[in-house]
Amino acid sequence: MNIKVKSAAVLFSLLLMACGGKEEKKKEGFSVDRQKTTTEKPVEASADSGTPASERVDLTNKGVGPIESVTLDDNIDQALADQGKEVYDQMCLACHRTEKKFIGPAPKGILERRTPEWVMNMILNPEVMVKEDPLAKDLLQEFNGSPMANQGLTEDQARAVLEYFRTL
Amino acid sequence: MKKLSLPTVLFMTLATVFTGCKDQGDKSNGALTSNAAERVYVEPGQYDEFYAFLSGGFSGQMSVYGIPSGRLLKVVPVFSQDPEKGYGYNEETKPMLNTTHGFIPWDDTHHPDMSQTNGKLDGRWIFMNGNNTPRVARISLSTFETEEIMEIPNSAGNHNSAFVTENTEYVVAGTRFSVPIPQKDMPIKDYKGNFKASLSFLSVDQDSGEMDLSFQIRLPGFNYDLAHPGRDKSHGWIFITTYNTEEAHTLQEVNASQNDKDFIAAVNWKKAEEYIKEGKFKTEKAEYAHNIFDEDTHMATSTIKDEVRVLDASELPGLVYFLPTPKSPHGCDVDPTGEYIIGNGKLSADLTVHSFSKMLDAIENEKFDGEAYNIPILNFEDVLGGTVKQPGLGPLHTEFDGKGNAYTTFFISSEVVKWNVGTWEVLDRKPTYYSPGHLSIPGGNSQEPWGKYVLAMNKITKDRYLPTGPEMNHSAQLYDISGEKMELLSDFPTIGEPHYASMAPADLIAPNSKKIYKLSENKHPHAATSPADVRVERDGNEVHVYMTMVRSHLNPDNIEGIKVGDKVYFHLTNLEQDFDVPHGFAVIGAENAELLVMPGSTETLVWEPKKVGVWPFYCTDFCSALHQEMSGYIRVSPEGSNTELKWSLGEE
Repeated sequence: MNIKVKSAAVLFSLLLMACGGKEEKKKEGFSVDRQKTTTEKPVEASADSGTPASERVDLTNKGVGPIESVTLDDNIDQALADQGKEVYDQMCLACHRTEKKFIGPAPKGILERRTPEWVMNMILNPEVMVKEDPLAKDLLQEFNGSPMANQGLTEDQARAVLEYFRTL
Repeated sequence: MKKLSLPTVLFMTLATVFTGCKDQGDKSNGALTSNAAERVYVEPGQYDEFYAFLSGGFSGQMSVYGIPSGRLLKVVPVFSQDPEKGYGYNEETKPMLNTTHGFIPWDDTHHPDMSQTNGKLDGRWIFMNGNNTPRVARISLSTFETEEIMEIPNSAGNHNSAFVTENTEYVVAGTRFSVPIPQKDMPIKDYKGNFKASLSFLSVDQDSGEMDLSFQIRLPGFNYDLAHPGRDKSHGWIFITTYNTEEAHTLQEVNASQNDKDFIAAVNWKKAEEYIKEGKFKTEKAEYAHNIFDEDTHMATSTIKDEVRVLDASELPGLVYFLPTPKSPHGCDVDPTGEYIIGNGKLSADLTVHSFSKMLDAIENEKFDGEAYNIPILNFEDVLGGTVKQPGLGPLHTEFDGKGNAYTTFFISSEVVKWNVGTWEVLDRKPTYYSPGHLSIPGGNSQEPWGKYVLAMNKITKDRYLPTGPEMNHSAQLYDISGEKMELLSDFPTIGEPHYASMAPADLIAPNSKKIYKLSENKHPHAATSPADVRVERDGNEVHVYMTMVRSHLNPDNIEGIKVGDKVYFHLTNLEQDFDVPHGFAVIGAENAELLVMPGSTETLVWEPKKVGVWPFYCTDFCSALHQEMSGYIRVSPEGSNTELKWSLGEE
């Protein structure tokens, strides 16, 4: 044990020395940081021909989560939408303003870009969505790495919020 | 080194610990010691089998451990302010620490005891005493928060507390020190005959858990040390050890140990209930505080009550009997059948066991050996159920495994001794390191123990861990008692002085543990449950900030128009509805503490800015990748200035 610890200590100090050397070089080359940023940009853009995830249209992706199929009636159920607004104002409004980008994207017109299933899965299963759904993954990047909180809505509440989104 | 997995490293470490133990007298062999390491090892991500609720002693708190791992799960603030959680510092919980002596931010906790139904632990609440400024607390085992604190009047040194009867009808609290009742200015030397003691019965509402000081029994001026309610056949009685039956008022170390025998007081509380019904009580003036925390408003209120019903044991026959017990008995424990009452005479060489049925017989046939202040003293031989002969030195406390065995700690000889209830034969003994006080078996003070482990809580630690200056944390030691012989498995440091612990299977507690407070049920008068409620209001020099918190911003995060000399109330509501996502709040120069706001709840911090400037506030609990950004500024202008009161979030 002792020998191992000692050799580990030697290795560690070697590492430290190596690090020290590197650090000095870095200080000189401040521009290294800039290069990094410029190289990152094209990579990001190439993922989807420059369109930010929030503006991309994908009406087939249903997302990952408990919701597999939602049928929307042609007419908006106003009572349900009213319920949805109530839930939205308490649980969602802190991060999502209805008509402008805030902490997260605005829900106005969301059903022109997303399937209803995707919207409900994003509400109900955000932790998994940002890991597994390509759109949600890109959205997390676009919105500064700010995580979508799981506000513990029931499926019925999420459905009501969806109905409210149709009125926006 | 890198190739060693975490389990292996832990295993090796523990194995080394046990090899160390060998030198100190443990006789177990190598194969067994490695087996012990496996039995306390709980894999990462796996849960412990039992919860252990340990009193924090002079820390005034209660700590929650997992057993068998000995991992600290939580510290629940009870009688002491806790800057970590803002308890006792925020406006909501300050009333919890109110007493008739004023705001008392500390106490000395000793005996956590869990609620019971039909003599079995039911996992609803823990009751715990505050020894110094007499109080009893109720802690919810769904929120793990202190929900109620009741001050105990006519009491001094609330040591003999808080013990739960078998259907949680009452929490019983007795006084260790006798005092003048009512309190008055008098010479101390006139103690004898003039100082009195109180035994308080706090009834418990079975739905809300709310306590009510139902009545007190007035007792002679001895010291009442520890108690145990009867079980099963002795349900309806409570047994209490006494010392200082000499009624000494000075140098008790010598003067309270003169009598060959002190007493166990057997109190018939069913009889007391009859006397109450018959109106045989006196209503006396006595002020005491009753503090309740409301889970929906997230706020505590303190009410001062002013009278108590009193039954005098010297005047009411059949209420109390004295069982002579050698010699300065400390622990008083009742076996699961309710038949045997074990009196641990701490200066006696033997353990005295009284028989409940013999006691009833002696009462019926009036086998009395005298009286003390008109209370019958039963004849020692007529109530004696058995004696455990010379089991060790300095017996303190006994618990039971539900298989007919008892386990007693011996303070002076530092050991746990296993003996048979009935044959009184000593079966096994194992050393403890060092000087154990209480011990605990899950359910070991109820009708249904889970006799798998015993946890001994030691008063002295000495050389058990790496030294940390002149004081070492107290330690707890875990033994496997599932076999014929006890096996020492591990020891771990504790918080403050643990005194007693209540242990229960995880299945009884974990499923009811609350995950969030529902925002829709938040009835706090200063809650801001949606962005629409966010605002800042001025009322004279009082400013109320209604602020929300959600990953990862505080709203508002820019506030102007505050002036030196203002008293600013930050009312913080955590809008999260996700498990284990509290947010903290701290502001520069706050003279109290931070806040730690649970999902869906509201807390208030008062801030009195003294310096002109623009000051930051921020979230203290690392909540997301953008936690560092969860902050804001508050502008403080000079006293008398006209800076407009305004607030915003996200405005350029």
